Amino acid sequence: MQDEPNKLVKELAAEKYKYGFTTDVHTDIIERGLNEEVIRLISEKKGEPDWLLEFRLNAFRHWQTMEMPRWAHLDIPEIDYQAISYYAAPKTRKDGPKSMDEVDPELIKTFNKLGIPLEEQMALSGVAVDAVMDSVSVKTTYKDALIEKGIIFCSISEAVREHPDLVKKYLGSVVPYRDNFFAALNSAVFSDGSFVYIPKGVRCPMELSTYFRINAANTGQFERTLIVADDDSYVSYLEGCTAPMRDENQLHAAIVEIVVMDRAEVKYSTVQNWYPGDAEGKGGVYNFVTKRGNCKGVDSKLSWTQVETGSAITWKYPSCILTGDNSQAEFYSVAVTNNFQQADTGTKMIHLGRNTRSTIISKGISAGRSQNSYRGLVRVAAKADGARNYSQCDSLLLGDKCGAHTFPYMDIHNETAVVEHEATTSKISEDQLFYCTQRGIPTEDAVGLIVNGYAKEVINKLPMEFAVEAQKLLAVSLEGSVG
Amino acid sequence: MLEIKDLHATINGKEILKGINLTVKTGEVHAIMGPNGSGKSTLSNVLVGHPAYEVTKGSVMFNGKDLLALSPEDRSHEGLFLSFQYPVEIPGVSMVNFMRAAVNEKRKYMGQEPLSASEFLKLMREKRAVVELDNKLANRSVNEGFSGGEKKRNEIFQMAMLEPKLSILDETDSGLDIDALRIVAEGVNKLKTPETSCIVITHYQRLLDYIKPDIVHVLYKGRIVKTAGPELALELEERGYDWIKAEADTADR
Repeated sequence: MQDEPNKLVKELAAEKYKYGFTTDVHTDIIERGLNEEVIRLISEKKGEPDWLLEFRLNAFRHWQTMEMPRWAHLDIPEIDYQAISYYAAPKTRKDGPKSMDEVDPELIKTFNKLGIPLEEQMALSGVAVDAVMDSVSVKTTYKDALIEKGIIFCSISEAVREHPDLVKKYLGSVVPYRDNFFAALNSAVFSDGSFVYIPKGVRCPMELSTYFRINAANTGQFERTLIVADDDSYVSYLEGCTAPMRDENQLHAAIVEIVVMDRAEVKYSTVQNWYPGDAEGKGGVYNFVTKRGNCKGVDSKLSWTQVETGSAITWKYPSCILTGDNSQAEFYSVAVTNNFQQADTGTKMIHLGRNTRSTIISKGISAGRSQNSYRGLVRVAAKADGARNYSQCDSLLLGDKCGAHTFPYMDIHNETAVVEHEATTSKISEDQLFYCTQRGIPTEDAVGLIVNGYAKEVINKLPMEFAVEAQKLLAVSLEGSVG
Repeated sequence: MLEIKDLHATINGKEILKGINLTVKTGEVHAIMGPNGSGKSTLSNVLVGHPAYEVTKGSVMFNGKDLLALSPEDRSHEGLFLSFQYPVEIPGVSMVNFMRAAVNEKRKYMGQEPLSASEFLKLMREKRAVVELDNKLANRSVNEGFSGGEKKRNEIFQMAMLEPKLSILDETDSGLDIDALRIVAEGVNKLKTPETSCIVITHYQRLLDYIKPDIVHVLYKGRIVKTAGPELALELEERGYDWIKAEADTADR
């Protein structure tokens, strides 16, 4: 049932990349630095209502009282927040390379290994393409299908204009601006992002994806996503894409908020492949993300699946608050670090309602000189009778200069809770690799085979086509890590 | 098929092979016997290109190609197969995916199209029968949780899948009970054709009761010290290695 429209959408999406970017090209950039003036200017440029400006200003004032968190197992260089421009308008095409000849050959090699079509490669690396802006019809095709069902899927800026009541009701309801340093920063300066609303009783007929939302081309470094699934609804949402994303913004601080009402189900899948820096550890994106969902309704269900291969630093804990009785939450994660990458990632499962269940499957893969940490919290509140959690955290090491760490926290206030935790650490041995090469499988492919076998449980949770791409991505991310 | 000349090899700087000369012709079965630590496993590892060993001298030609210049995977593609003494477990990687990668890599090397899923599964079924390998095993992760006998059968199954020109069986009989030994040996015999050759490395005569060698060599202290017909294996079974050791040590002086 679901396959056909998906295929269509993917085809359309691919089409769209051919012609690339939004027509809406700003050329103005606000001066560097962050103060109330800048925030007023951002809000004004976006034509926002007063309540949103107020939200931003409150967040900013609170942010000023906060300090950057230092508890993660990460070595984070000083970040000068006054040296960043907070309204960097989308790049004009003139800035980009003129042809594929000017693009880094290493990047092209990776594109080819991932099997990304040339047109898409051009769009991704920012090559100036003679744009035939035919994309309007494409956009309408899938939009019509959604509108018919009453589904809202648009940029958050558009949602503020078109559906202010919904945005006002839910924005900051799961991740308040006071939540943490980066959440406060995002709330003050968020650039754009996606808004999804699935009405009561509606199953979204296709996977929703930022990948094919035209204006997602430049949501910028402070992305904000809000998803609301009303009673008895279902949606599967995909974020990111497997192609390596170059970005001149080093600091990324996104927020994703998800609200799941009675008997509704949301699946949120991420493939994160921001520029990880070079083999010597120079450059790369700092990714500080706050993702959280509230299983607000009874029998509601939220599932996070993430494949994290990019970024120089990843600080990310997609979490679930299990408010509704009998609600369920899942977290499936593969985090790969190579060279000098650092990742501190995991989840929080906060059990508030009765008979709530959560599952955590985390697979860390470290290579090179990277550091890879799982950090997870399972909290069972006093009233959460019959809560259950199962956690499994596995680490796989390639080589002997990398690190894998596990920081599981448990905070249990109800004696009927059943909480299980399992952890393993293993290593790809030279003997395993040699066994493969003796059978004719080259070392790099052998690593891909072994790593994909190890991560299978998580990869299987991804939507089919995404899963195939993710498999290739895992192998490519670890190239050069052995031998 | 295989021509080894004055082969010297070291591991961690220690010389294990001290001038091996060996010629295996097409269609022949050679047995290499010898006491523990004589260099039998080193020889097989060096031939398939294990990175822990370093060749310090000598040459190996394999069907007219300089074997030592080839990568381990290309040696495999050229038709060299090692049945490991201790097959490793690879958790999470199913036998199906593993063999499919191996078979298709070889096909790629030969300039052939990869097998389709159904062609491949048919091939799996066919070859599984050679060593009576259970379907359940074929669906598990590579060697994971296999018994000693199942691991060795799995090696011969892989040999059947890859159809090598030269197979090296490194102590394939070790750890096998008599029934498993028979199944494995019969599997090897079924795969034997006039176009393929085989090197059987073993301590004992009992495997050679099933797999009949044309020529038997004794390896001692990194050299081949004696070469004769199949009767040599029987003699060793009866008399042990001491007399050969004594002969060789005397010759050394």
